[in-house]
Order: sequence, then structure tokens, then C-alpha cells
Amino acid sequence: MKDLMLTNKAIARGAYEAGVAVLSAYPGTPSTEIAENFAKLDGVYAEWAPNDKVAVEVALGAAVAGARSMACMKHVGLNVAADPLFTAAYTGVNAGFVLVVADDPGMHSSQNEQDSRYYAKSAHVPMLEPANAAEAKEFVKLAYELSEQFDVPVFLRETTRVAHSHGLVELEERIEKPLKNYVKDASKYVMMPANAIRRHVTVEARDNALQEYVNTMPINRAEYTNENELGIVCSGAVYEYVKEALPNANVFKIGTIHPIPVSAICEFSKHVKELYVVEELEPFVEDTLKANGIACKGKELFGLQGELSVRKIAEKFGVMAGAVVEPEKVPARPPVMCAGCPHRGVFYVLNKLKLTVNGDIGCYTLGAVPPLSSVDTCVCMGASVGMAHGFKKATKGESRNVAVIGDSTFLHSGVTGLINAVYNRSGITLIILDNSTTGMTGHQQHPATGKDLQGNPAPVVLLDELCKACGVKDLHIVDAYDVKAVEKAVKEATASEEVSVIIAQRACALLDKTKQPVVTVENCKNCGVCMRLGCPAIRKGANGIEIDPLQCRGCNVCVQVCPFGSIKKA
Amino acid sequence: MNVLIVGVGGQGTLLASRVLGQYAILRGQDCKLSEVHGMSQRGGSVVTHVRIGDKIHSPVIWEGGADVVLAFEALEALRVKHYLKSDGALLVNDEEILPMPCITGAAVYPENIKDTLKAAVKRTHFIKAQEMALAAGSEKATNVVMLGALCKILSFDYALMREAVVKSVPPKFMELNVKAFDIGFNAVNL
Repeated sequence: MKDLMLTNKAIARGAYEAGVAVLSAYPGTPSTEIAENFAKLDGVYAEWAPNDKVAVEVALGAAVAGARSMACMKHVGLNVAADPLFTAAYTGVNAGFVLVVADDPGMHSSQNEQDSRYYAKSAHVPMLEPANAAEAKEFVKLAYELSEQFDVPVFLRETTRVAHSHGLVELEERIEKPLKNYVKDASKYVMMPANAIRRHVTVEARDNALQEYVNTMPINRAEYTNENELGIVCSGAVYEYVKEALPNANVFKIGTIHPIPVSAICEFSKHVKELYVVEELEPFVEDTLKANGIACKGKELFGLQGELSVRKIAEKFGVMAGAVVEPEKVPARPPVMCAGCPHRGVFYVLNKLKLTVNGDIGCYTLGAVPPLSSVDTCVCMGASVGMAHGFKKATKGESRNVAVIGDSTFLHSGVTGLINAVYNRSGITLIILDNSTTGMTGHQQHPATGKDLQGNPAPVVLLDELCKACGVKDLHIVDAYDVKAVEKAVKEATASEEVSVIIAQRACALLDKTKQPVVTVENCKNCGVCMRLGCPAIRKGANGIEIDPLQCRGCNVCVQVCPFGSIKKA
Repeated sequence: MNVLIVGVGGQGTLLASRVLGQYAILRGQDCKLSEVHGMSQRGGSVVTHVRIGDKIHSPVIWEGGADVVLAFEALEALRVKHYLKSDGALLVNDEEILPMPCITGAAVYPENIKDTLKAAVKRTHFIKAQEMALAAGSEKATNVVMLGALCKILSFDYALMREAVVKSVPPKFMELNVKAFDIGFNAVNL
């Protein structure tokens, strides 16, 4: 019997079956479910690390100590983790180490559309790319074999459409891997110049050996249907689209996206009339083939933006049946902050005080969309703090700006920015929106929630104590639902010359599922002030606003902003 | 068989796709599902793709490729109408949820969506799934009411679909969901 399984769960299952003992990850869509599912399996260790860099270091440590290990992250997480990765390629691994990275073409839930395949090439780390759930499980196991055979970390790359699709997967038994012997070897594991210079020679030799080896791997395969006709080179989700759109084309399916099996593809190219590379994002495969003298076309057809689809591919090759029906022009339905979201009142205050807001990555990025339209900048995890400091320095302290960051993001990489602000005396105001969870990715624990990945009690990092230890003297702790208290704290903090931190506390509205009393409306004057909150439970009716009692969480923020007392407390 | 399930984050569209996946397994067929997590779940449009057949490649349905659209909200049905095949069917939960641009007045919720859809798609069915679910015992069973109606429209194997529902819901809600399924099944006249 096969299971219909999410690819991310199949990756966790593959790691389990491969005997992986240690997994470390930071949540990030579309990679989060790997760690969550692995943690449910027996006899393994899994954890949420505070950030992606730590996750890679933990997994590398475990691998060098002799246990098969895994680290998982989204594409931008790999930027954070790049530092240990590049040198891990020099040290090698002892037991197998696989790093799963999830790219997000089309940016369903990301701030950029970067292509992680270049990391594989520049870090000298092989990369496998599965096309579906069943293959993902198989490729994970293969990745561990490769990792140990060549003494190198191995990437498993997926994209959103692979990560978040389900397919039928056959379960197999776990093969226990006893802890390998760790032998002290400074020339391999202590990367200082004298040793690293010698290891770089090993890295280059390994690259050459891998480049030869991948041509013999069955996961790199030619599928001939009509020799001397159209030939397509592809991998991952795009392979599935191509098979659907062009059932008569010859296909070369790449399983190792780095190194690319150049000799095998060169051979394939001799058996087809015209060679096309169909790939999402950058011309990674196309450029490599061209550099190796293999004539092909690719990006001139498909461009660099967004996801490909069966339809797009079929249209480009002129085989799409049926007329194209244009989509209806309808109002967009963008994601919004939930009813009862504790971030809402804080953004209302920041708008009222006309402050520039350096935002960050999380649900509160939604503070940028109308009607709140509060957030001015959002770049990467932790950037709010550093950018707020930069604003202050550029304007010689005159800018009226605040940094806004979530609790999990603060621990991920905001705290270093805070240390910088204290040390370099910029007098920023930092608001930590502490909703006691990692919200946007679906409520994961972190070091300040008091629970671990498995939901067991864990030591708590106290955010206020942490800020004090960083040298913050002006510290305010407020209830995020108390609009007056938030306003008072923001006014005081922004007036202060020194670095101020406001911790706005209130658990995510989705964590407590119990039904709360709801607010009611009497004699609405239709002034529209509450509409500026952008609460999905408030809508305009014929005689003033109406509250949707099914959605209202009774947070009472609208009660506090109504100038006429027309909204009654829950 | 390509089923596109659309709705608003939090409406239970994911469970509906799991039931259809279970149905495929019971029939011994290949199946792929595709969904998007994260940002889009915060009250935004949610789209889930279900594909069942002898051999499925793409997990994603393409424009003009859906045999049926299962819409939990009227505007979302209109948004993806172009995904339907020319002879495709449309099953809509008769409910309107205003998106934020309509709440703030930046956009207007389209009038007469029902008429527009019925004019464009011959096989259009509107059912009051939420009311029917309440009658069955809980509005949370709205998705299963929709599945009952879908079973009728697509002439799926009634017993197998019912079994797929039973296998996909927690045992303590089984009775409620089976009731909801039957109400949905009987709500559609072909």
C-alpha cells in the first residue's frame, strides 16, 4: 500500500529510512514541514535552531561526529547559512550530511526569486533535484550515499511546487546507521590557511571525480520517444510539466543539477534534432551546456520570471489544444492580518504618529498593505534593526523611524542589529511584536516560547533580559491590545536619545481557538476611523459599520479607536 | 480527472483535497495534489489542485485543463473560471466573503456572480453548503457537503467516496461528516 504523501514529509521519511539521527532547521516556507514530520518519527533527534546558519553548523557537527544529519531551509535561509556551508565543502563530512534547500519561483511566500543552484556550483557541493514525492524520498537516500562516498555535504533542492505537492510514496524500513568513528584530524577539520590550502586541492579533485561520476548515475537519464526530433533537457517540477505538455518529445531528465552530467547530455544532443533547456529562474543549465559547446536554446523562449506551467510550455512549442480563455478581471484577495491579530493596534499607533517603519519578515509584513500601509521597508530577516540604525545615522538622528520585528525573527538575526545599535549609539526604537510563536510559517516554537520542536517544555530565552544584556536601558513592556499603552510607550521611546526597546506582548490570535465574546456596534457615526485598522471582521453596512461575529476575536482594538464610543467592548 | 478547489484561507479546502486523494487510493489510481502554504493562507485566495488518473505527471492543473472547479466562495469561482475545460463543471458554495479591497472600498465586489457564471458555464451548480452543514451539525462540515455534491456531479462511486470521507476525518466526527456528505449528495439534481 502506498501513502499519498506531501513531498516535504517524503523527504523526512527518506531521511528516516536513511538512518539520519540529527536534524536541525529554521522554519521557512516551503521547507517547514520537513522538520515537523521528521520530529514525529521514532528514535531520531530534531530541533528548531534559532537560524539557518546554526542549523547547518549543528548538522555539520553531527556529521563530523559520525551521525548522518540533515539541515533544512528556504532559499533565503541559505544566504544566512552560506558561511559554514562554503567551508564545510572543504572539511568534508565523515557521516553523510544533506542540506535541503527550497526555492520559491513565483514568490508564493518569499521576498525574492533567487536561484539556489548557483550555491551548489560556487560552494563545490553536489546538488540533487527530485521531481515528485516518491523521487524525493529516493533522492534523499542517494544523497547520503553520495555524501559519504565523496566525503562532501550534498544539497537536495526542491521548489514550491515539488515541496507542497503530494504523490504516492512506498514506505520502506529504516536502516540504522551506527555512529561512525570520529578521528581527530586537524588538517581536515581545522580550516586555517595552511590546512585549507591543501584541502582546496582535495575539493578540486573531488569536483573532477564527481563531474565524471554523475554521467553514470541512473537518475540522469535520456528518455527517447522519437529520435532525431525535439529534445528537451529539464529537471524537478519542470520535468513533470514537460512530460505532460510534450508527450512526444525526447527528454533528458537531470537528477544531479550540480554537477550537470555534461557528457551524457552531449550524447543525448546527438540523437535529437533541436535541443531546448526548459528551466525556471536563471539559465543555470543552459549556460553550462553552452559553455561546454553544446548548442541549445532556452531562456529566449521562457524568460527568467516566475513559474513555468504545462500551458506555458505547450504554448511555446505550439501544441496547446483549445482556445485561451482570458481570466476575469476581479478584485484581488490579498492575504490580510487576521481578526484579533495583535500587530494591528501597533501599526495603527505608528500610522497615527506618522512614523517611518523599518519592517521585517513575518505576518507583520502585512502591515505594508492597505489600509494600514504602515511599513516602509522590508528586506530580509533582521534587516529592520540594521536599517533603522542606518536611517538614524544618515539623518544624524533626525529621522522619525522605528524598527518592527517579530519575536522569532528577532532571535534569528535581529539581536545582532540591536547590539550594533547600542554599541554605535544610534538611539533607535525597536518594537518587538512578541506573539509567542513563529506565525507566518504556521506556528513553530522558538527559543523564547518555552517549548521545543516536539512541544515539550524547554528553557526560555527571556526577550527583556536579553535586550538588557545587550545594553538596552530604555525598555517598555506593553500589552499589544492596549492601544493607549502602546502609544505612550512609542512616544516615550522615540523621544529618548538612547536605544529603546518596546516589547508588545500578546499571543497570536490563531493560537487560542476558544470562542471569545465579540464587540457590538451602537449608533455608528460612519466616521471610518475603525476601517483604517483593516480588520476582516469589520465591514461597511448600510447604516454604519457591521461586525462579523464569526470572525471577531474580541480584541477590543476597534473599541479603543472609535472616537464616538459606538463600538462596545466584548 | 482534474479538480481545482478554490476558496479563502481557513475554509477547509485542504481536507477536501485529502478526501479526493483517499478516493484515488481506494480506486488504485495515481494521484497528485498541489497546494500553497504560508503567506497565502492568511485570508487570501487559496487554490488546491487534485489530479487523479492512471499516470499523473504535473501536480498542477493548467488554464483550460480542469474538469471541475469546486469553489467554496463565489468570487473565487469567478477568479479561476478560465481554468475550466469547455465542457467542465462548476460547483459553488453560495457564499460571498468580501476581500479587503472591497471592505475598504478600493474595489467593488462583483454583482450577480451567479448569473455571470451560469451564463459562462453550462454545468454550474450553486448550493448553500454552509447552511446544509449547519443542518448536519456543524458549519465545519461545509467542505464535506461540497464533496457530497461533487460526487453526484462527477458520477463518482458513491460508496467509495463515502469511505474516503470516513477515512479522512477524525472518528468522533464521522457521523456528522457522513450526514453532511449525504445532504450534499442529495442537494444536486442533474
